[in-house]
Amino acid sequence: MTDLIKPIFSVDDLKITFSTQDGDVEAVKGVNFHINPGECVGIVGESGSGKSQTFMAAMGLLADNGTATGQINFQDHNLLELSTAQLNHVRGKNMSMIFQDPLTSLTPHMTILQQMREVVKLHMQMSQKDTDAMCRQWIDRVRIAEAERRLNQYPHELSGGMRQRVMIAMSMLCDPSLLIADEPTTALDVTVQAEILDLMDELKREKGTAIALITHDMGVVARMCDRIHVMRHGQYVEEGGVEDIFYNPQHAYTKMLLDSMPRIDNPDKTSHHKLKPIDQQTSAENFLEVDDVKVHFDIKINGGLWPKTVPLKAVDGVSFKLRPGETLGIVGESGCGKSTLARAVLQLIPPTDGTVTWLGKPLNGLSRAQLKDKRKDLQIVFQDPLASLDPRMTISDSIREPLVTFASHMSRKEMQEQVLQMMDKVGLERNMINRYPHELSGGQNQRVGIARAMIMKPKLVICDEAVSALDVSVQAQIIELLMDLQEEFKLSLLFISHDLAVVREVSHRIMVLYLGRVVEMAESKDIYANPMHPYTKQLISAVPVPDPKIERARKSIKIPGELPSPMDPTAKLKFMPSKLRAGETNYIPKLIEHNPGHFVAEHDSLTDLQATG
Amino acid sequence: MFSFIVRRIFSSIPTMLILILISFALMRFAPGSPFSTERGLPPEVLANLEAKYGLNLPWFEQLFTYIKNILFHFDFGPSFKYKDISVNEILAQGFPVTLTYGLWSFVVAVTVGIPLGIIAAIRHNTALDYAAVGITIGAQVLPNFVMAPILVIIFSLWLEWLPGGGWNGGQWQYVILPVIALSTSYMASIARIARSSMLEVLHSNFIRTAKAKGLPMRNIILRHALKPALLPVVTYLGPAFVGMITGSVVIDMYFSTGGMGQFFVDAALSRDYSLLMGVTILFGVMTILFNAVVDIAYAWLDPKIRL
Repeated sequence: MTDLIKPIFSVDDLKITFSTQDGDVEAVKGVNFHINPGECVGIVGESGSGKSQTFMAAMGLLADNGTATGQINFQDHNLLELSTAQLNHVRGKNMSMIFQDPLTSLTPHMTILQQMREVVKLHMQMSQKDTDAMCRQWIDRVRIAEAERRLNQYPHELSGGMRQRVMIAMSMLCDPSLLIADEPTTALDVTVQAEILDLMDELKREKGTAIALITHDMGVVARMCDRIHVMRHGQYVEEGGVEDIFYNPQHAYTKMLLDSMPRIDNPDKTSHHKLKPIDQQTSAENFLEVDDVKVHFDIKINGGLWPKTVPLKAVDGVSFKLRPGETLGIVGESGCGKSTLARAVLQLIPPTDGTVTWLGKPLNGLSRAQLKDKRKDLQIVFQDPLASLDPRMTISDSIREPLVTFASHMSRKEMQEQVLQMMDKVGLERNMINRYPHELSGGQNQRVGIARAMIMKPKLVICDEAVSALDVSVQAQIIELLMDLQEEFKLSLLFISHDLAVVREVSHRIMVLYLGRVVEMAESKDIYANPMHPYTKQLISAVPVPDPKIERARKSIKIPGELPSPMDPTAKLKFMPSKLRAGETNYIPKLIEHNPGHFVAEHDSLTDLQATG
Repeated sequence: MFSFIVRRIFSSIPTMLILILISFALMRFAPGSPFSTERGLPPEVLANLEAKYGLNLPWFEQLFTYIKNILFHFDFGPSFKYKDISVNEILAQGFPVTLTYGLWSFVVAVTVGIPLGIIAAIRHNTALDYAAVGITIGAQVLPNFVMAPILVIIFSLWLEWLPGGGWNGGQWQYVILPVIALSTSYMASIARIARSSMLEVLHSNFIRTAKAKGLPMRNIILRHALKPALLPVVTYLGPAFVGMITGSVVIDMYFSTGGMGQFFVDAALSRDYSLLMGVTILFGVMTILFNAVVDIAYAWLDPKIRL
């Protein structure tokens, strides 16, 4: 079949080498593949596998120290042989690209319209009026409301999802035959991701645009791709149709990738390690109790003669209890206040209001010295493993530091022994003891962060997006490590993540946050089997499942409207517009216990919400 | 914008008051007085002199009168050292001179420095880049008190093209050497800042997007990269501009231009209280003014900043 269709894009024995101070590094080691018109080809691999570089070379965007050999054929040209001037007639016109980070990929000082116009002016002969009309059509097309106003705004006035839509609109202006999407949704929230993916799929079907989708997320691939290449260490280890790869993977690496992917529809599939039920005997009282905690920040608003301040309610009245040995998952999208809540619990940010009770005694209002005493039992693991370790301290110094602070009576030798034992426990080789963070991988650094948090045998550890920056295979290992340590130390965990599939795997109970307020809280299995709040339903339906048949049959739930600003006083009624219409703008939706232990915030029904949007 | 300017004016009032207070206090605490000479004046003469300039009054009364005169009469008082000349007259005489060579120095530093830095960044790691870096380092480390005599030796003594000093009402031949001597190190700093910020911008994600659109390099530099690359340069330009138009002692001494720099040092050495205060206040106002100009320029370069 494929012989009859002439591929629009084909790569022949492509090698890419970067010359670095440590000698030449071969990032891509001779790959061959092609893309047919109108198909979506997925290039899947973990960080550093060289999956982006192939397309960077095609677009002439390799870093200065990179050289590519071989052939990249696109529309009868070998792209590698074209001069920059010749390449400029191809890129942006017949072949365009969108990037991972929509927040920084648009020029900050030019309006959306100016940036879109530029493309049309460059590649097409068209009057200014037609150009503007076409830009507006495309902005409508990618479903950005109020196109006219948005076109005259600057990138920083748009949300991340909107900026990625602008990128898509901009790259589609000249009707390219190939759209290269490099991790297009990785930096976005799941609900936004679902919309962007739908949009790309729609464009593919309507315009016949071929898509090269570069991603690490097997769920995204399952939803979008016709064919897949699995890449590792600069080579393709497996390639084939989407169903072959998912249902009949041959290579061990592909199997491992699929197996590490947490599944929201089937939490027991991947966890080689089952979550242990908590001991119901241990009473909930006198462990951690968070009562009506609020964290407000004063935001300066310009305008008028004197600047005013408006409170931004990052956390607005959150209460929960945590039992010993229990894991509470906290999920929500960016800006929902989950990290702020974690910091408020640990008193790293003093809460504006409310109390945090730890072992029966309040944590707030304590002096620095009193708090320091408690910190021995209250630890946190952060998101960015490399950035949260001191670059000038060896990893053993970092792990030892809590001992120096809290157990200064220990001799140096005893401390060293403890550090080594801890390193064994978290799976770090003993000979790494004198390494610096930059010499380790992201996964290893996160193990250091966990070792540092665990060395005082704390009672509560907060994991703030602790696995989000890691590749799936590493993520699976770290989760397993956390669950092992939990069992060994009888730890309680607050597990914060935007990734619902991961949270489901590790948590006994789950709390869903939306703009600083709890919208739903229940036992883990209840919340996934029977989500009640429309926002929870929307979140769960937006997570892609790494199984093409299931994923394509699923329909994601959409609730119209953008995420309101947290400074908007009516934002808390986003799911209760009936109260807004009734003029009760100060109404606060109450948490109601529907079933024992299953709390849901008051809301209008999903069908009403979808109808009124 | 309007409210920004109003706010700036209001917030500069306490700054100015603190500036006046501190310089007033520093001068009074420093040993010696405008009338201390090697042999010492007879006590009666000293008392008469102090009475004439109001130095016998309590300090707060002196300060109050001083501020009152500035606010209501725009009068900085008489100079203590230069007989029969008021500070206003000295400023009126010296400031235009420094303003002239300062403005030209600014123009030269900016028009040479920015393009030099930007071209070096675009041609990163080429001979041109290395040459630009070499020149700017050289220009930055060469102090103007070395630069000035070298210029005089070359252009006045050997080539006899330009006069070696004097001002002559600001005739162009007399302006060139002071401008070169003053602007060189500023030019070098501007070039270095422009180069490094341009390099950073050229590696940013939105430049990658611009390349992916197929824009020619020229377009990318002019439309996408230039404005953000200028931000750090503009930050530096505010204080640099004030530094240039308020003159330089070295320039005034070497080229006998009669600018403010000389008066400033003289005033400090001879405890000429009123002249020193006058110059300080002028510099202070300039600094506040041009920092506000920098902020306005920032808002133009970066739409995220709303004034």
